[in-house]
Order: sequence, then structure tokens, then C-alpha cells
Amino acid sequence: MKTMTKTSSLWINTGFRIAAIVLALAFTSIVLLLSNARPFEAFANIINGSIGSSKGIANTLVAWVPLLLVTSGLLMTYATGMWNIGIEGQITLGAIFTTLALRLMQGTSVPPTLAIILSILAGILGGALWAGIVALLKIYGGVNEIFGGLGMNFVSTALTIWLIFGPWKRPGTGSMSGTEPFDTSLWLPQLEGLRISLWSVGIGIVGLLVVYFILQGTYFGLKLKAVGKNGRAAFLLGVPTTRYIMAAFLICGAFAGIAGAIQVTGVYHRLIPSISSGYGYLGMMVAMLVNFQALWAGVVALFFAALNIGSIQLPIVMKIDSTLSGVLQGALVLFFLLMEGARRTFLSKKRGK
Amino acid sequence: MKVEIKNIHKHFGKVHANNDISMTIQPGTIQGILGENGAGKSTLMKILSGFYQADKGEIRLDGKLTRIKSPADAIKHGVGMLHQDPLDFPPMPVIDNLIIGQSGGLLPNRKVVRKQFEDLQARFNFKIDPDAYVDSLTVGERQQLEILRLLWLGAKVLILDEPTTGISASQKEMLFATLKILASQGMSVIFVSHKLDEVEQLCNQVAVFRQGKNVGQAMPPYRTPQLVQLMFGKSMELAPRIDSTSCDVLVHMKDLAVENYRLHISGINLDICKGEVIGLAGMEGSGQRLFLQACTGLRRTVGGKLYIGQRDFTGKPYHQFLNSQVSYVPASRLEEGLISGLSLTEHFILAGEQQGFIINRDKALKLTESRIKDFSIRGIPETRVESLSGGNQQRALLALLRSPLQLLLLEHPTRGLDIESSMWIWNMLKERCKTGTAIIFTSSDLDEVLHYSDRILVFFGGKVSNPLNAGSTTVDSLGQLIGGKGWEN
Repeated sequence: MKTMTKTSSLWINTGFRIAAIVLALAFTSIVLLLSNARPFEAFANIINGSIGSSKGIANTLVAWVPLLLVTSGLLMTYATGMWNIGIEGQITLGAIFTTLALRLMQGTSVPPTLAIILSILAGILGGALWAGIVALLKIYGGVNEIFGGLGMNFVSTALTIWLIFGPWKRPGTGSMSGTEPFDTSLWLPQLEGLRISLWSVGIGIVGLLVVYFILQGTYFGLKLKAVGKNGRAAFLLGVPTTRYIMAAFLICGAFAGIAGAIQVTGVYHRLIPSISSGYGYLGMMVAMLVNFQALWAGVVALFFAALNIGSIQLPIVMKIDSTLSGVLQGALVLFFLLMEGARRTFLSKKRGK
Repeated sequence: MKVEIKNIHKHFGKVHANNDISMTIQPGTIQGILGENGAGKSTLMKILSGFYQADKGEIRLDGKLTRIKSPADAIKHGVGMLHQDPLDFPPMPVIDNLIIGQSGGLLPNRKVVRKQFEDLQARFNFKIDPDAYVDSLTVGERQQLEILRLLWLGAKVLILDEPTTGISASQKEMLFATLKILASQGMSVIFVSHKLDEVEQLCNQVAVFRQGKNVGQAMPPYRTPQLVQLMFGKSMELAPRIDSTSCDVLVHMKDLAVENYRLHISGINLDICKGEVIGLAGMEGSGQRLFLQACTGLRRTVGGKLYIGQRDFTGKPYHQFLNSQVSYVPASRLEEGLISGLSLTEHFILAGEQQGFIINRDKALKLTESRIKDFSIRGIPETRVESLSGGNQQRALLALLRSPLQLLLLEHPTRGLDIESSMWIWNMLKERCKTGTAIIFTSSDLDEVLHYSDRILVFFGGKVSNPLNAGSTTVDSLGQLIGGKGWEN
């Protein structure tokens, strides 16, 4: 009897999810038709550009790693019920700290491997620091973490621009293309002829597994969830809530910092103005979509990364704007949330009968 | 009106809610029906008042076999039921509420109705303004209005289902007086309750229901243990009270002062013995919660000293109290006590000692299963707490408490629970007292306070009484103190 209802509700859930994808595709098709493009051609181009070639796959993975790291970190803050919208700034600070460390060590006797490791640790420090400030503002200043995070995002952007055009500017005049690239010895080792580094893929996967393990199997993870679901009751049960909120922010910031570090050592090899590339906001969408279940985050993040990379083809092949992938991603999230609401209403009505 | 109920059966699916129930109620009597939740009281009343149809059996009114098809039909036959929640139309004047229920006639005759309403009021000394809007009346007044409405519609049998929930002590007095007048005028009154003392105080005879059956009748003078035994099929005994003049002192309060934005309470001096139960009585919001929270570090004291087991706890934070075996069980179970969305197992993991970093799920599951059994929680380890019933949530909260405890602070430990759950919970608590745990609890149920406390503190408008010995205190004197009388000395 019980298993029966379980399978039937599983079918209902899957049905609603599929409906969400279909609706998002339909909506995007309408947008495409309005801009005089053929939807199927556009979708085919996206698929082709993302997974149609080894180069495409490599580029998708380049986008996947930071997205995965950011999403993993966000799962921790979401668990405590916090909206860490300052994630963008935390990625940026990770990148800045990594750049700083590499600049200090470039041309010294520090072995390159050690320099890369140290620079990633510096990135972790930078991200955690930026997140820690948001958490401190929240806990002791009563500043909502959304506003605190947003403010810190602006500060981090200004800081990047100032560094690129000021102290760290290229010889001659500073430019929007960023700082002077590092020596190739300070790059994360990449696959022959491709942009992707297996090291960064490894770090991303390990990061997700660590978060999954923390949330599923440890006291720490359970306490985080308890704080998120009912902070007052958790406190009365003996969980020091503020300490756990702080810890969640620090861990999330550290993950964002690694993402920023990989953007510097593994992708751009320098600091550029929008180094976070919007992965922070995208990560928030992924975390929401997977309903905070860690294992799904890998799959969904991969899908979003593929969309991002694939849609770069659109302006080249079809002369339409690449922001289409943004439309599709946004539509997906909205329809998923909408269908989630519809599913709940449906189930509660069914139960009412 | 004479009411005869013969061999009534009612099934709901597999549940035999009424199993061969028979009874006779003579005109002019107040018939009590006692039983715990789910004993079949309400089902029988709903059959009598036409909400349900019996599967088998008959109802005779004044000797005449009657089929009651609907509530409207019931009132035509003279059977009126007063519901737990008043069935009225709050945004309308009292007089219109009467007219709505009247059948027939196109144009309401307000003048006549008003006259009849005033005549009825005079019979019972009610003072409801017929032009007042219903939402301006108190719960007690709305109950009076409902009684008047039923009488006005011609009720000769009045059924009251748990009528004392949510009304004040003085409104209860008034209700009981009214019911006695009604009975003396030849009405039959059926009074359904799970509160022993109310039934004992009011009724001319009592029928006790258990598991759908009428298990026994009793006439005054009632013997409480006998009624309890009928209700539960077993009797309950309480340990003798603790003598607070010669005992091991556990908690020592000296000139303790607490305050919030509204209240300032100072000069609390109290020694609490090991194993003692202190009941806090008073109107809601008179400072009991303030005091409880001060005793557990959730609220800072603003003066005086607090010692627990010789150690100074003045101004210490909550977690230090918790680590020193002081526990607090809040009144709002799902808001403060339990975490919606987490399972019972996860609660036991959270509340238990942390061992290492990784959770041992097997061990946690075993612990949860044994606690579920020990505390008779109706659920499985995976059950999320929000899907438990109120009584089971309360049991779960108590099951989460650590052992041993020095001091246990409870807010309304049995609020909203049926009498069996309440007794079960107090049995558990008294077991803890035997191991030396002292208990401080708040309750708005005076009988609970009197019955289970060793001593009682009464709170009123920022003042705290001296500890009263529960054994030598009566409901009356307690009620007066709560209402602010007798505070001079």
C-alpha cells in the first residue's frame, strides 16, 4: 500500500518536472519565432555547440566547474535558510586574492606547483573573508544577508576595476582586457589543445561530493538544516545557531573563492573585470532548481553550462543574440518553480479528497 | 423532554464509533457524558442532532420513535445542539442572527422577535444587547446567544459538546448556572466533556464512554477514582506531596527580578527542592513565561541571584543551563519545540550527544525506535514531526529531553491534549521527579496546577504570590488570586 503511493507520487513529480521543461522550451520557441528565427535550428545549434565536438565539451566543462563549485557552496547557506546573494563578490574576491598571490610569487624561487596551490588557498581565504563580512553584518549588525551581500558585490566590482586600472595595470595604459597574463608555468595544467584542466574538474567534483557528504551524513550538516528549518527550535535543542550560520557562510565563501581561483589560474590566467561571469547568480538558480538536493546539482549545473556555451553559436551561425540561453535558463527556473507550486496544490487537493 | 436511546450502532469504515449504546434521559436532568477523545461521545451527539444517521438502533423522544434526518429536522423535534465553535454570523447584529435561523415567513418581524428575545434573556439573567454586532461579543456571550437562539427555536433537549473550552472561569460559572435553571424548568441537558471535575460539579447522572461503548453509569456522590477507572479501564495513583520545609534544596532564588517591555517583577524569593513540582498560575501574560525563561537563561534577570545546585547561574547564557541539565519545553510545539521538515530520527540525533563527526544512522534509528515505543508516539522513525498529532508532538518533545535532568521547565505541558495523554505525560514527569528532577510548569488549567504541583506561585499584574501549598489550596482561592483578589497580605 505504502510503496504504491510512493511510486505514484514519484510519477506525479516526474510528470510535473517534464511539463516544466516542455513549457520552458515552448516559451523560448515563441520568443525565437517573434525574432524571426527557427526554434529547432536554434536548439540544434545549442546542442551542437556544447556537446557536438571535443572542443565544445571542453568549453562546457570550463563553465561547469565554477558553476558546480558555487552551487555546492550555496547548498550550505541555503541549508541554513540564508540567501547568499553576495556569492558574486565572493568569487571576485577569490580571484583577486589568487591574482595577488600569483603576482607575489611570479618570478621568485617558489616552485610553480606550490605557487598554484598557495594561490588557490589564497582564493579560498578571499572568498571566505568576503562571506564572513556578510555573516558578521547579519549576525551582529542585523543587516539582512541579501542587502549585505549585494553591497559587498558592488564593492568587489569597484575593487576589481580599480586594481586593473590602478596598481595592477598593464605596462603602459590599463585596459578592460584585464591585467598582464601570468607565465604559463603558473597555469593549471590543461589538456593538449583544449581549454580544460582535469585538475579543475577534479576539484569541482570533489567539492560537490564533500558538500553532499556533509549535508547527508554529518552532525554538522543536520544542524545546518535544523537552523534553516526552525532556528528557534534548533537553538532550544542546543544548536548554537549564529555559529552555524557563520560556518555556512565561510564554507560557501571558500567554495566561491576556489571558483574564482580556478577562473584565474585555469581559465583566464589573469584578472579581468567580470571575472565571476555571473556564475554566482546562475548557481543560485541551479541550487533552487535542484531543490537543495546535492547530487542533482552536478547534472543540472552541467545542463546550464552546456546551454551557456552552446548559445555562443547562435550569433555566429544564425545571427541572433546569444542572450537566448539566458531566456531559456530564466524560463526553465520560472516554469520549474511554477510547476512546483502547481504540484503542491495538486497533491494537497488529492489528499483532501 | 424524555430522551431514550436504544442500541445505537455507528461505523466509520472499520471503526466502530458507537457500539450498542443505550441510555435514558429523564426531563429535568443534566446528563453528563464522559470519555476521552475518540470514545464515541461526539458521534452519538451528532446522531442525536441529525448530522449523522445511526447504522442501527432507535431514538425515542417522549416515547415516540423519531427519525432525525438533519440538524434542521432535529430542532423541529426539539433537539438543539451547541457546537464547540459557535455557529453564528459575526458581522451581523444579534437580533438578525436569530431571524436567520427561523424557517418560514417572508418578512421578518423584528419587533416580535425582539420582545421574545428580551423575555428569554430575563429568564436567565443574560444581558446581551440585541443590537450589538456578534463580533463584539465575548466567546461566553456568543455561547449564551446560541443557547437563547436554540431555546427560541423551541429546543427542549440541549446538547453541549465540550462547551467550556475557551471560556473564562466566570463565564463557566454562568454557563453552569444557566444549565441548572434550564433543567429545573424541565429541559433535558446533555453535557459532553472529558473534564472530570466539570461533570462531577454539574451533572445529575453520568455515563462513561470508552471505545465506542457505554461502559457505566454513575450518580452523585461521584467517586473520582471510580470514574477514572471507567474512562481508562485502569486507575492512576499519585505519589505523596513533598514537604518543602525539610528537603534537599536544588534551586535557590534570592530577590530575583525579571522584566520585559510591559512587566517588571521583582523580589522573587524561592527555594525549590529536588523532585518538587512548582505550578505557575495566573492569567496568560502575567509574567509566568518571563519567569520560566529567566530560570533557563533565555531571558536575562535584572536583579537578584539564581543558584542551581549550589552554582551561581545569574546572567549565564542558555547553553550553560542546558549543559548543566536544565531543560525547557516551550508551549508552541511546532514554532519553538520541534523542527518542521525533519524526521523523528533527525530530532533524536540533534537532541542527543554528538559522537564524532559522522552520524551513525543505525544507532540513531535504534534509539528512535526504542523512544517511540517508550513514549507511545504514534509514528515511525521517518515520520516528519509536523504530521504528528498534538499529543504525539508533545510526547516527542518529552522524549527528546536528556536524562538525567536537574531542573525541567514546561509551558502548558498538556494544553490541547485529551485526558489520557495528559495523565500519561504527568506519569512520565512524576517518574522524573522520583530521580530528583525539579519541575516548574505553567498551565491555565487550575485543576492541573492544583493536582500535580507541590507548591504554587500565582502571578498577577507584575506581582508574584508567596508559594502556596497545593494540598491546602482550593480552586476558589486560587481563582481569586488569579483575578487579583486577596493580594493585600
